[in-house]
This record gives sequence, structure tokens and C-alpha cells, in this order.
Amino acid sequence: MNPSATRRRAIGIALVALVTAGALAACSSSDAKTGDAAGGTYVIWDPYPQFDDSSAWVKLLGDCGTKAGVVVKRTAFDTTDLTSKTLLAAQQGNAPDVLIVDNPVVSTLAEAGVLTSSDEIRLDTSAIDPNLLGAGQIAGKAYGIPIGANTLALYYNKSVLAAAGVDITSVKDWASLTAALAKVKAAGKKGITFSAIGTEEGSFQFLPWFWGSGADLTKLDSPEAVSALSLWTDWLKQGYAPNSVINNTQTTSWQEFATGQFAFAENGTWQRANAAKAGFGYGIIAVPARDGGTAAAPTGGEFVTVPVQKTTARYAISQKLVACLTDTDNSLATTTTLSYIAPTAAVQAKQVAAAPDLAVWVSAVKAAKGRTGDNLGTKYPKISQPLWTAVQAALSGSANPAAALSTAQAAAAAATK
Amino acid sequence: MSQRTRAADRPSVRRPGENAGAFSPRPRPVRRARSEQWAAWAFLVPVAVYLLAFFAYPLYRNVELSLRDYTVRSFVHGGAKFTGLGNYAKILKDPAFVPALTHTIVFTLVSLAFQFTIGLALAVFFARAFPLSATLRALFLVPWLLPLIVSASTWSWVLNTDSGVANAVLQQIGIPPVTWLTSPTWSLVSVIIANIWIGIPFNLVVLHSGLQSIPGQLYEAAQIDGAGGWQQFWRITFPLLRPVSAITLLLGLVYTLKVFDIIWIMTRGGPTGSSATLATWSYQLSFGNLLPAFGPGAAVGNLLILMASAAGLVYIRVQKRQYQP
Repeated sequence: MNPSATRRRAIGIALVALVTAGALAACSSSDAKTGDAAGGTYVIWDPYPQFDDSSAWVKLLGDCGTKAGVVVKRTAFDTTDLTSKTLLAAQQGNAPDVLIVDNPVVSTLAEAGVLTSSDEIRLDTSAIDPNLLGAGQIAGKAYGIPIGANTLALYYNKSVLAAAGVDITSVKDWASLTAALAKVKAAGKKGITFSAIGTEEGSFQFLPWFWGSGADLTKLDSPEAVSALSLWTDWLKQGYAPNSVINNTQTTSWQEFATGQFAFAENGTWQRANAAKAGFGYGIIAVPARDGGTAAAPTGGEFVTVPVQKTTARYAISQKLVACLTDTDNSLATTTTLSYIAPTAAVQAKQVAAAPDLAVWVSAVKAAKGRTGDNLGTKYPKISQPLWTAVQAALSGSANPAAALSTAQAAAAAATK
Repeated sequence: MSQRTRAADRPSVRRPGENAGAFSPRPRPVRRARSEQWAAWAFLVPVAVYLLAFFAYPLYRNVELSLRDYTVRSFVHGGAKFTGLGNYAKILKDPAFVPALTHTIVFTLVSLAFQFTIGLALAVFFARAFPLSATLRALFLVPWLLPLIVSASTWSWVLNTDSGVANAVLQQIGIPPVTWLTSPTWSLVSVIIANIWIGIPFNLVVLHSGLQSIPGQLYEAAQIDGAGGWQQFWRITFPLLRPVSAITLLLGLVYTLKVFDIIWIMTRGGPTGSSATLATWSYQLSFGNLLPAFGPGAAVGNLLILMASAAGLVYIRVQKRQYQP
């Protein structure tokens, strides 16, 4: 045998060995979590990548683990990534022990059989506001606990309104709001900004107006729905709202408001901290319904859920972790950290006592309703997409509101059949 | 590979080790031949494992996804019904299909035409060294070096209807503002403009290096014969640049077919699907909704793969023809 052939064979064998070893290591590492039930490591996934290990939120996770006698391993994902990551992990039998996930996704994950129901793991949800629990109820079963809630309201710029001679207390319904926008435009400022982007965010922002008109998600082409979409479309036509709303995310819409040129912005609880930094006086009113009163806005915020595990013995500890994260004392700290409204009346009262300006938000959250509620569950996404498409069609002028919504209704009916 | 090239290649590519193989004309001890075969296979293993794990398996999974009726439940727990070409029938019948296909074709062809023409013009311009030419050329590379999310976000600011630079400039010269990203008529144009800008540097670089390989004497001879600038370009530069041009265009075709990020960041394929291509539609189906539709999403993805591999095959053929003597 010549020397070069020997050497080549040796290298070949070494390479095979390396590849095999690598493959074995890859297989074995995935088994690390499925250890014994008592003690050990518990995995928590959350959609809060903005919090690092030194944050109050991650410290709370650690403390809850210590109380339950386990080590908590936390991974943060971008919220848009979390659904597919969870589905893939569940497919591999590798789901986290505790999953904190955006509320409209709960019904999808429950439908996929990824989540345990609240009865199964004996979660106590009696103190939680029923309208918030709605998003996690599918076919008579409840899944998870809301960790906190947020919703939409109208921020207004005090100096812009003062310059235009608008008294904010006069804004009570759609007609008075539109009149206020007209005055603002006449004074040379811009009226209102919102997000009508072609994603779930667009539906989320349109829903307060949709529900505020009295429309129902099961009938997208009702005259009420058309009146809501016409309201937005007319604002664009009159120049009360900028054309850019069609592509605005809630963040870019906020950036427009932060320029100080806009009288109103539809945005969420989570912008409170930024509003304080904006450098102008601002106030908040609930989104008005068509004929006055407060429109129901969709609830935002996450649910704490317990995904299905192979070793059911793990649920006892997971349940302790969930209870710890949502108990009254921690809830105040958590919701303050996340800039959310607490899901229980007791903690809401404490929040308002600490920060009186939260009162508007608390009443908005009480009036809010879950998108997947009304027994829509996983039908909601199939309705939401035609809805945001209709909003885009009407605002961009490619169809009038009535035609856009009747197309949407046809698409939604076909998809949810 | 044609018979002619194989015969021509043989003598030069044969290496010493090859004699020892099973095809060797001289009889050899069987044991040694076999052991060397094992070594040869062992060498193949890493690349084979790599190909299987990162190309064959995902491709197989994608085809499988597209042939079954996956719901979120069956995605996790298995047992999705085999539906044959059901998902393909569904997407072909979908009212969004024809627009998405048309947009993909228009997007790709228009982008390629402009990228190539502008890239070639700039390459010819930079072929002669002049003061600061290297600096200028480096500046033209910037779009290529920027992360796509940065360039796409910047373009959406530039093209913002109310506060964008583009409309401010138009207003200066008396043209009313254009609703670039927010009207169904303009959204596709806008993403094409951004994509052309991003693609020019690639064309510039490849064509510029192609120009370097054209001998200077040809131009001197042509000048002596009295050929002008245009004639030199059409009779020397263009024909001699043909092989490089073909490769540039074909690579560009494959890159442009799959463009997703720019469109998604700038318009999300909207408004109302007016700038949706097959790539954004596939993403929309699989990940752009609270309730993922993996089957149809994978089916659209596979159509794109088919289109890209057709282009890839053309590329391989062209490349082969080039290396023929």
C-alpha cells in the first residue's frame, strides 16, 4: 500500500468519525430537558427580547424558579417568531415548560394541541377579568392566564388641539372627532395617524372603529362595517390622516405622532413611556364609538400558558411557576415592567393609585374584547386577513369601502366554511 | 457534457491516483483497490452528509408539506391527509396567484434589464482610469454592502408620500406628489426601483472585471481603422463581453426571483397584493398570518424553486458552452 493512500484513508476515517460524533452529539443534546420531574431545569419562552438578564422581568422568572425549587432557563423570542418556533418545538416533542405568548395565538396553539387546558393543570383564573380570559377560551375550554393586558386608545397633543381651538371634552363620537380633525387641518396641522398596514397589526388598529360602529366579525359587509371603513377612507380623502397610514406599523405611526405635528394618534398602552419623553403635553381618551360612548378595542397582551409535555409530572412545577408569575404581588411588578394593565381588579386599583393617568387605560381595558373571543377561535385569523385587505383596498382607493368589504366577506366565508 | 469535451478534458484532468481505481486497464491486487475505494467513499461522506442534511432533506420536507393537507394540529401531531396536488390546485385557483406570478415576472425582468444596462454603462465608464475613479467605484458598491433591512427601510423613508425626499424633489420641479408605496399603481414600481438600486453594484463589479480581460490592442487597432466610440462598443466590447454578460444575467435572474426582504419591508406585498410576488405570497401564507397555512405556502415555494432551477439549468448549459474549446 503506498503511503499517500494510507494517509488518505486515515483522513477519510477521521472525517467519518467526526461527522458521526457530531451527529450523535446533536441528537443527544436535545434530550437534556426531559430529565427527572423533581428539581432540574424548567424552560420558559417569552416574547420580550427587550429585557436582558439584569432586568426586573428576568429576575422575577429566576425568583419564581427558586421558590418552586428549580432552575429556570429563559429564552426570549421576537413575538412574530414565537408561533412558528413553538409549533416546530412541539412537533419535535421539545416544547418549553412555560410559554408566554400573544393572546390571539393561544387559540391557534390550543387548536394544534400544543397547550394544556386550565382544568388539566388546575390554574386559578377566578380573579381575572372575564373579557381578558375570552381570548383563551376555545370550545368551552380555557387555556392559560393573561399576564397583563394592553389595548388601544387615542393619544392627543394638547398644544396642537389648543392652537386649533379644539376642546377635547367635545370629542365624544365620530362626528365630533371628525369635526375636531377638520379644525386641526384648518389650523395647518395634521389630524390623526394610525396603522393600517397589511398585517394583523392593521386589523388590530381597525377593530375599535369596526366594533364601535356595532359591526360584527362574522359579517364583514354589514352597513355598520361599511360606515367604519368609510370613516377612515374619508379621513384620508379629506387629508385629515396621512396617506402613509397604509404602510404604517404602530411604531412608525407613533414616530409620526412624536414629531409633534399630529393632533391624534391611535396607539397602545405600551407607548406611555415614550409619550412622557415626547416633549409635548399629551392626553389620552378612549376610542369613541360611532354614536358616543367607548368603543370596544381589541385586547392585546400575552397569556402565560403551559405547553403539553411527555412527562406529565412536570406540570406540578410548571403550575407553581405560572401561579407565581401571575399572583397579586408579582402582577403589580410585572405589569409595571411591561407597561401593561393588570388583569385583576385588585391590582388595577393599585396601579391607578400609583399612577392616576392609568385610569383611562383601565377603563379602556375593561371595555376591550378578545379578537378570538365570541367563539371565533382559529376562525379569527381567516377573517382578519380579508379584513385588513379590505382596509388597504379602500384606503388606497382601489375599491370603495362597500365593495372592498363585500369581497372580504366572500373571502372570509370561503375560508371559514 | 458532450462527447467532444470529455475527450478533450481527459488527459489534463487525470491524476496519479486515478490509475489505481477499478477502471485501471492493468490488473492490480484486489485488496488494495478495494481499500482505496473505501477511502474514496470516506472522502465523499462529509459532502454527502452535508448535501443530505441541508439540501435533500429540507427539499423533501418542502415537497411533502406541499402534498399534504396540514392543519396546525396535524403539523404538530402528524397524520396530515395526503392530498396529492390539492395544494397546487388550490394556489393555482387562488385569485392572488395570477397577480403574484405576473408581478414576479415583471419585477424580475424589469429589474434585470435596468440593473444590467446601468451596470454595463457604469462599467464602461469606469474602464478608463481617471482621477478619483477608484473612490467613485467604491461608492457605487455601498448599496451592496448595506444590510437589506437598512436599504429597504431607507427607501421606504425616501418614498414616503408626505415626508419623503422623493416627493419633496418632485414638488420642487412642479410635479404633484406621488403615492409611491401606498397606491396599487405605484407600489410595484417603487419596489422595482429599490431593487434596481441594490442590484447595480453586482452588475458593475462583474462586468467591470470582464472588461479588464478584453485586450487593449483591439481598441487601438479599431481606432487606427477609424472606429468611433459607439462602434468600438458594439463591435468589440459587447461581443467579447457576451459570456460574462450571460453569467451576470443568469445569476441576477436567480437572485431577483427570490427577492423577498425588500418587498416585505417596504410594502408587505400590498396594498391589496399589488406588489406581492410569489416569494412574499409564500411567506404570507406560511408565516404572515396568525394561523399558518403550511401546505399552500410550501406549494408556492416549490413553484419558485422550479423557476429558479430552470434558470440554474440554463446557467449550467451556458457555462459549459463557454468552456468548450
